[in-house]
Amino acid sequence: MALSGIQIYKMLPQTNCKECGFPTCLAFAMKLAAKQVELGTCPYVSDESKKQLAESSAPPIRLITLKANGTELKVGNEVVMFRHEKTFYNKPGLFLRVKASDPDITKKVATADAYKVNYVGMDFTLNGYAIEADGDLPAAVKAVRSVTKRPLMLIGSDAAALDSSLSLLAGEGTLIYAADSSNYEALAEVAKKHKAALVVKSDSLDDLADLTKKVQAKGVEDMVLDLGGKNLGEWLTRSTQARRLALKSNFKPLGYPTIFFAAQNGTDKEAIYAAQAIAKYAGFVVLDTFAPEMIYPLLVLRENIYTDPQKPIQVQPGIYEINSPKPDSPVLVTTNFSITYFAVANEVEGSGLPAWLVVTDAEGMSVLTAWAAGKFDAERIAKAIKGFDVASKVSRKRIVLPGHVAVLSGEVEEELPGWEVRVGPREAVDLPAFMKQALN
Amino acid sequence: MPIEITKDKWPGSIKAITIGATAAEGGTRTKAITVGGGTTMPYLQFEAPTPNKPVIAIEIKSRKPEDWSPLLAEVWGEAMADPAQWAQKAEEAGAGLIVLALTVEDSVEDAVRVVKSVLGAMGLPLIVWGPGQAEKDNELLVPVSEATKGEKLVLGICEDKNYRTIVATAMANGHLVQSRAPMDVNLSKQLNILISDMGIPKDRILMDPTTGALGYGIEYGYSVMERLRLAALQGDVMTQFPMIVTPGFEAWKTKEAKVGEGVPEAWGDWKARAINWETLTAMSLVESGADIIVLRHPESVKRIKEAIEELITA
Ligand code: B12
Ligand code: SF4
Repeated sequence: MALSGIQIYKMLPQTNCKECGFPTCLAFAMKLAAKQVELGTCPYVSDESKKQLAESSAPPIRLITLKANGTELKVGNEVVMFRHEKTFYNKPGLFLRVKASDPDITKKVATADAYKVNYVGMDFTLNGYAIEADGDLPAAVKAVRSVTKRPLMLIGSDAAALDSSLSLLAGEGTLIYAADSSNYEALAEVAKKHKAALVVKSDSLDDLADLTKKVQAKGVEDMVLDLGGKNLGEWLTRSTQARRLALKSNFKPLGYPTIFFAAQNGTDKEAIYAAQAIAKYAGFVVLDTFAPEMIYPLLVLRENIYTDPQKPIQVQPGIYEINSPKPDSPVLVTTNFSITYFAVANEVEGSGLPAWLVVTDAEGMSVLTAWAAGKFDAERIAKAIKGFDVASKVSRKRIVLPGHVAVLSGEVEEELPGWEVRVGPREAVDLPAFMKQALN
Repeated sequence: MPIEITKDKWPGSIKAITIGATAAEGGTRTKAITVGGGTTMPYLQFEAPTPNKPVIAIEIKSRKPEDWSPLLAEVWGEAMADPAQWAQKAEEAGAGLIVLALTVEDSVEDAVRVVKSVLGAMGLPLIVWGPGQAEKDNELLVPVSEATKGEKLVLGICEDKNYRTIVATAMANGHLVQSRAPMDVNLSKQLNILISDMGIPKDRILMDPTTGALGYGIEYGYSVMERLRLAALQGDVMTQFPMIVTPGFEAWKTKEAKVGEGVPEAWGDWKARAINWETLTAMSLVESGADIIVLRHPESVKRIKEAIEELITA
């Protein structure tokens, strides 16, 4: 729990020497509590106080960073139970599990690593690979590292094999899975030596909390929790309890991100298990199946859940050229909500038909939402057409409105004398056909 | 050392609401269904058990829909042209409820006949939606409501611009109503107040917070549902109605579900993707507190039912 100004004041020298630039230690303490200054500004804080203050200001869920050659993944540092209370910050890492014993391991990882999917202008990929040590682990690590630059997770309990594998990944931030009460000493040793993060595993929160304390005492700070749990319900319970303890009670022994294996009860449940993990606080989600038809919706779900509720994803208003339009190409009008813009832009682009796409400033709302909120009306549309000087670009003064706002066509005609106003289809999917048939 | 697990204690709870009436209760359903009653955030079994399992409804139409995905046509086949047969198949597919959506082409006689034939063909409780145009909704729903007096159907969809006629006929004939507001806690409350003010008993309202599909606004509905549930638990009476959501309708509108060709290769296999789109949309809403989940594909029904079973048997 963050300390109050008074609590911090008690830990300061209380000499009011002013070297920090504040008239009194109390004034400095107040600023510190408000996180407006750095503790280092006071040269006289005792080491003991420094330690206490650092602990109290540490985030309730530790930020874990995994690194590889050029890519980085940050997980943790969350502050709320429900996204509307603020936002969820660091998206869970999606890892694909591969087996060291698999002769096709290199090919599998190479295929998965090439996977990239675009959602509203953003490219999404998997975040890393989990290599299971059911064969020659160092050899598998070498093979995988030769085809991907993403962070790795090593699944195994043989400290020597982990040690030699991690030696191959010098300078990286790797995740080791997993320490339990029987092997934590050896694994903590390896994690410490290689600056790796360590998953700590137990089937009860009580034991897990004991274990993280023991691992910490061995000098490992970066931990991830495997909460166990036999099914969706049990995992939801534990995940909620751990998050609450960390956030509401500032219970440090469980203040770490969690990991969840989506295929633990079979690949037919993998998508749904992963979906719950994404919505309900997992820091890492491990998949067993590389299937674009599952990974794409999961990546979209993750993006949706982690979108800041305060800020709808928007594109810049303006006039966008699609497929190199000419002066006689049609002018299509839409709003600047990202999902709306890309639904239309992707459709037209895919059809190969040239068009001018006028994106009005509708404060990041969809067509109907903006219309209902008065942010997409004849006046705004006319303002965009005039403001972006569309007339200077086209030879034929004709605009196409989204079918959902057909009611606006009369008013738009009044606002834009000399322009022909056409009503397009309701859904973007039908635009190419409309452009071919109706716009000649 | 055992950790002290804090449990949230709430003053309020979700109302338990029963849909459908058996012969003993003045209807013809083989079984009535009760939803709601929750006293915690969804599925937190360590605080209290989930008193009534959320229920899956399957959506069927009064006429063969021409614009549905071929993937849906493939699984329902001929039955799509015959609502009674379709409803039977939906019951076999594991539905706990049927949603019958009427269309603008239906005459009053068609509507009444179809509703009666569906009720005759299967024993599940029934939700009937008008075509979604105020005048036509009222024209069809009133005679349907009268012809099925005492069945405890759910009639919908009531929106702020059109709820009076539907609520009045539901009251007169012992049915329930579905109240939909566009993804906003205050608008939901307001509409529920207006509907309750007409005098309909509070155990006859289902609340529809409006659903957006995965990738098309799901996060708005997700958060509004969590906020409605929190408000209900805090004791706000006008948010304590069970929630009905429509992931089937929304997901099958998306390009990801609807279109099989000319889409990016990274979208993967069409059929599997479409079903994932529906199930992941639905699963997110299950997590955020849905009590009735309206779906279209039998495979999604199976998966979501299994998930709910796991969530309540922790
Ligand atoms: C998500 C959502 C919201 C989100 C906002 C999301 C956003 N950033 O816009 C929130 C929760 C904030 C919201 C708020 C409101 N909403 Co709202 N919302 C929705 C919802 C669920 C989905 C909208 C969406 O994102 N669609 C996806 C995008 C891609 O669709 P689209 O922009 O229409 O684009 C498609 C087509 O129009 C077409 N297209 C687009 N451009 C063009 C251009 C051309 C030329 C052509 C041919 C086609 C075309 O292609 C796209 C894909 O097919 C809908 C209901 C629903 N399920 O559809 C209600 C809905 C749009 N909302 C509605 C309302 C009333 C509101 C509010 C006024 C209510 C309120 N809460 O106060 C507010 C207004 C905002 C405000 N005052 O701040 C109503 C509108 C009713 C009406 N017909 O007037 C709807 C329809 C819900 C309903 N049934 O009542 N909403
Ligand atoms: S520098 Fe340190 S000791 Fe001096 S006034 Fe500031 S807080 Fe107090």
